[in-house]
Amino acid sequence: MYSSSILSIKKFGWGFLTSSTWDPFSEVFGALPMIYGTLVSSLLGLIIAIPLGLGVAVFLSELAPSWLEKPLSFLTELLAGIPSVIYGLWGIFVLVPWLRDSVEPFLQNEFPNSPFFQGAPYGFGMLAAAIILSIMVLPIISSISRDVLKSVPNSQREAAYALGATKWEVTKIVLSYAKSGLLGAIILGLGRAIGETMAVTMVIGNRPQISTSLLAPGYTMASVLANEFTEATSDLYLNSLIELALVLFVITIIINIFARLLVWSTERKWKLSPM
Amino acid sequence: MKIKILSIIILLAGLFGVTVKAQVKLTGAGSTFDYPIFSKWFDSYNKMTGVQINYASIGSGGGIQQVTTGTVDFGASDAPLTEEQMNNFKGKRGTEVVHIPIIMGGVAITYNLPSVGQGIKLDGETLADIYLGKIYKWNDPRIVKLNPGKNLPNQAIIVAHRSEGSGTTFIFTSYLSKVSPEWARRCGVSTSVNWPVGLGAKGTEGVAGIIAQTKGAIGYIELAYAKQNNLPYCQMKNKAGNFIDVNFNTVSEAAAGAVKNMPKDLRAVITNADGKSSYPICGFSWVVIPKDIKNNSHAEALVKFLKWAVTKGQADATSLYYAPLPKPVQKLDLEKLNSITSNGKKL
Repeated sequence: MYSSSILSIKKFGWGFLTSSTWDPFSEVFGALPMIYGTLVSSLLGLIIAIPLGLGVAVFLSELAPSWLEKPLSFLTELLAGIPSVIYGLWGIFVLVPWLRDSVEPFLQNEFPNSPFFQGAPYGFGMLAAAIILSIMVLPIISSISRDVLKSVPNSQREAAYALGATKWEVTKIVLSYAKSGLLGAIILGLGRAIGETMAVTMVIGNRPQISTSLLAPGYTMASVLANEFTEATSDLYLNSLIELALVLFVITIIINIFARLLVWSTERKWKLSPM
Repeated sequence: MKIKILSIIILLAGLFGVTVKAQVKLTGAGSTFDYPIFSKWFDSYNKMTGVQINYASIGSGGGIQQVTTGTVDFGASDAPLTEEQMNNFKGKRGTEVVHIPIIMGGVAITYNLPSVGQGIKLDGETLADIYLGKIYKWNDPRIVKLNPGKNLPNQAIIVAHRSEGSGTTFIFTSYLSKVSPEWARRCGVSTSVNWPVGLGAKGTEGVAGIIAQTKGAIGYIELAYAKQNNLPYCQMKNKAGNFIDVNFNTVSEAAAGAVKNMPKDLRAVITNADGKSSYPICGFSWVVIPKDIKNNSHAEALVKFLKWAVTKGQADATSLYYAPLPKPVQKLDLEKLNSITSNGKKL
């Protein structure tokens, strides 16, 4: 990847990462808006998905009666099997009109001065992408978390009950026991969100710009690649796209290392002071 | 028993041997825009002659690259090769590249204004200023002036464009560059540009989706798609000053208008063409081949096929919502194809 992006690396250097112009006609390429778009949409998606996903997992593993647990977990796992194009279409035909006609005007009325909700409510934009991503990531987080929680030995729960803990306190103990596994589930979800292409492309609005407003259109690295790779006619253009893929790759590696460290540190803490 | 098996094997081998001999296999790659009509042509041509043609619709950029390196017999592109690409081709293949206009496409400007309905009139400068973000309300005085008697609402214009590289975008931006110096300076002509305003959507259906759902939206989509889905479209003011509906006739008219000034290499961009009733936003799609083809049997088969495609094949165009090449362009194509050689010898 490095060798086939050599042209653009030579031409733009580090400027590739800090410039925000993406102009195929005058052949000036800067990746900052896409890096920003990828990180913001994924993190936002995760912020929405984590409480929901963990909530679902806790409900299924700790609280739900068994006749409800089976069909519900089946349904959440089914969400993971839907192709992303279908999510994208659903986004265009259901989510975007809903955001445009009800949610975004509402947000603008409620928070007229917030920098996050400025600009025309297109429907398409960062917010739509984040919501789509959260729905796609949800089943990954919830089903892995559920399995992790299920594998917490029952003796832990019984011991806690024996000490007179309430249901809520028992749940807290189980959660802290399963911490590293839950982190793993979240990181897997993040990985999916960062690499997601199709559904995001269909709702994010595809504009290489950085805007604090969540209603404004944005762009992600994966979307640029999917959109522009086939018709990239000049060598420099193609090289820049490959460099973009390289950047995406590096970011994924960094996140993975970070996740490893996080898991490792929680495990160590746990070993030092078991419960 | 052994003899029986042996004879079957020989028979099979004979059969295959014969079929391999009779069939020339051609390969091509490139434009996705051309793919529907190509597959129709390849199918009917195969039935007629037995010549098999495989085409990979990997996009114009990829097509140009593959024909430049010589991995395919022909490439197909919605944008003509740049000087740099042509030099590159010459360097790699040792022969010049030949552009053959193969089919035409028109670009319709569609919008979503239910209260106004069909047939808003626009001219080039106004359209360019909408896409530059300088006109952002439908009741802007300049649009009102072009549409006397129409009750244009006080509604924000939401601009939609293709997010991926596309021949349609090339045609559209080449038109805007011709009619607006500011567009030419700021954005230029390319299969994808740095759009000043608006929402990007993937594919024609994505742009059409944004338009269909968003009140006040405007966008450019292929003629075929607009017709199939009965979308309202603008009448565009052409160079002669008339407001023209987009359809196969007005698109072919534009090509005919451009024939007079056709460059020798047929790399004509025919947006904003002359002619009383020519539609201004349309263009050719090209097949690109080397001027001298090493493999004699491939050269013969390819030229024969292309000759058929630019003449008889054009009859299939309208049913697939392309615009057919007008007669004068077909003639130029045939002349060009007659100049193709194989190892320096005429075919």
